[in-house]
Amino acid sequence: MRIKVTSLKQLQLIANTIRQDLVNMLEEAKSGHSAGSIGLADIFTALYFNVIYHDPQNPQWEGRDRFVLSNGHVCPVLYAVLANAGYFPKEELMTLRKLGSRLQGHPHRGTLPGIETSSGPLGQGISQAVGMAIVAKAEKRKWRVYCVMSDGEHQEGQVWEAAMLASKYKLGNLTIIIDRNNIQIDGFTEEIMPLEPFVEKYKSFGWHVLEVDGHNIQKIIEACEESKAIYEKPTVIIAHTIPGKGIPFMEFLTEWHGKSPTKEQAEEARKILIEGRKEIEST
Amino acid sequence: MLNPEMSLDMDGKPAALRDGFGKALLELGEKDPNVWVLTADVSESTRTHWFAEKFPKRFVQVGVAEQNLAGTAAGIAACGKTAIISAFGAFNPGRNFDQIRVSICYNDVKVIIHASHTGITVGPDGASHQMLEDIAMMRALPNMTVFVPADAEEARKATLAAHSIKGPAYIRTGREKFPVFTTEKTPFIPGKANVLRDGSDVAIFACGVEVYQALKAAEMLEKEGIKAAVINVHTIKPLDRETILSYAKKCGLSVSVEEHQVNGGLGSAIAELLAEENCKLFRHGIHNTFAESGEAPELMKKYKLDAQGIYEFVKVKI
Repeated sequence: MRIKVTSLKQLQLIANTIRQDLVNMLEEAKSGHSAGSIGLADIFTALYFNVIYHDPQNPQWEGRDRFVLSNGHVCPVLYAVLANAGYFPKEELMTLRKLGSRLQGHPHRGTLPGIETSSGPLGQGISQAVGMAIVAKAEKRKWRVYCVMSDGEHQEGQVWEAAMLASKYKLGNLTIIIDRNNIQIDGFTEEIMPLEPFVEKYKSFGWHVLEVDGHNIQKIIEACEESKAIYEKPTVIIAHTIPGKGIPFMEFLTEWHGKSPTKEQAEEARKILIEGRKEIEST
Repeated sequence: MLNPEMSLDMDGKPAALRDGFGKALLELGEKDPNVWVLTADVSESTRTHWFAEKFPKRFVQVGVAEQNLAGTAAGIAACGKTAIISAFGAFNPGRNFDQIRVSICYNDVKVIIHASHTGITVGPDGASHQMLEDIAMMRALPNMTVFVPADAEEARKATLAAHSIKGPAYIRTGREKFPVFTTEKTPFIPGKANVLRDGSDVAIFACGVEVYQALKAAEMLEKEGIKAAVINVHTIKPLDRETILSYAKKCGLSVSVEEHQVNGGLGSAIAELLAEENCKLFRHGIHNTFAESGEAPELMKKYKLDAQGIYEFVKVKI
C-alpha cells in the first residue's frame, strides 16, 4: 500500500506541518541540524505521502519500498514524516535526542519503526541501498529502493565506489535523491570541495540523471515516477533546495547547518509558518 | 581431539586456513539459499571463487572497494540474508572499520567478515599487508563475535559457526599452508576454548596458527620436565572466562601467544580478565612493531613465533 495524497495543496499543507514539527523538535532538543532538515520537508512529504509504498501499521511489510537515509544528521525530518504518517505517536517527536528516546541523534535501525538503517557516518547509506537493490533485482522483487543523500557527503570516496557498483548491476530499481543545498559544516560546498559538475559526474558513472526544484512537490513526484520507468540504469535526482526553506532568517545560511533555534527564534519561525499555512489554504 | 594420524613432528598434509573457509562457503551455499558472498577483487586469493562458480547469482564482485564491500553487504543483510565478505585483512577490516562499526555492527545485521591474509605469515608481501591489529579492532565492537581458527578444518567449522550464531562475526585466517591437526570430530563450540593438552606448570593460551606451534613448544618443555597446558582460544569474543581462569589458577603462570600485536589482541583480552583475578600473565606476539618481507617460516623464527621461540619465551618467564 501507499499513502497517496494527490492534491498538491494537501501535500503543501503536510510539508508545512512537518516544518512546524521540526521547529518545535529542534527547539526542544536544543541541538541538531536545522537547515538540512527543514529544507528537505518538501522532498520527504512527496516521498512518504505519495511516492513510496509503505505501511505505517506494518513497518516490516515485505513488499514495502526500502527507504535509506544516508545523511543521517537530517533525521528529524524523517522522524517527523514517520510520525505524521502514523508510525508512532506525534508526541514522541519532542523526545528527540533525549536520554531514553527512540529518536536518536542519528537514526538507529531496530529502535524506531520505519528506520531501515542506522546512519551517521557519511557515504554509508548509498552502499546499503545498492545492496538492497541488488537483492531485489536478483530475486525479482517489485519493491524499489530510495535513498536520500546530502551533496556534501559526495566528498566521501565510498559514494563513488557504490555509484560504480549500482551502474555495474544496472539497478533500475534504485532512485537516489540528492539534497543539493550547497552547504556543509564548514561553508559552501563549492568553496570547501567543489562537487560540480555534479550532473556530468553521475552521467559518466552510467546513471540516469534528473534535476528538479526540491521545493516543487509536483516536480519531485514526477521525477520519482520517471525513475521508475528507467529500467536499464539507476536514477539520481539532483534536487536543488534552499537550506532552511520556508523560514527566511535560516535560508541559505551555512551557520544553520548544525544548530537549533532558540526559544525566540522558534517563536518567530512558528509565526512565519502559520502565515505560510494561511497562504496555502487560501489558494 | 587432535588428528590421530599425525604426530606434531611430521608437518603432514598442510592446508591453508582460507581453504577451510572456502569449503565452508560451498556447504553454506548448498544448505542456505539466503547466503550471499562478496569480495573486493581477491576472489581466488580468498577462495570465494569456489562459491562464485557454483552460486553466481549470490556472488557480488565489488572491485577494489572495501568500504563499499562492507556497506553493500550490510544492505544485503538488511534484506534478511547472511552476507559474507572476504578480502585481505589489511583492507578488510583494516580499511573499512567505520563501515563495519556502523553499517554492520550498529545495524546488527548478519554479515560475516572474513580476513584472508593476516599476520606475519602473509610473508613476502611485507608489513603493509601483514595485518597485525585486526583482533584489537574487531573485539572492541559491540554485537561482534571474533573467531581465530587454528587450522583449515577449524576455519571451516568457524565459518559454519559464524553463520549459525546471531549477529555479525569476524573470522581471521592466513595465507600460508599449515598442518591440519584437528579433525572433523574435534569440537568447536563458539565461546568455548579447547584444552588440547593438560599441564600444571604453565598455561599457554594460543590462537590461530600459533596453537600448533604452542603444542610443539609444549613437547619441548615436557622433555625438560615442564608441564605446559595448551589451550586453543579460537573465540576471542566472547572469551571463555571459565576455562581461562581455571587454567590460569591451576598453573599459576600464564602465557598468551598470537600472531598479532600484543596490545589489543588475545593477550590483552586475557590480561583484562586475569587482572581482576590477580593471576600472572606474560603476553607473546608481535611487540609493538611492523614486521618485514620474508618467507613465513623465516618470519616466524625471527619474531619468535615458531615452536622454538615460544619455548624460549616460556623458559625465560617460568
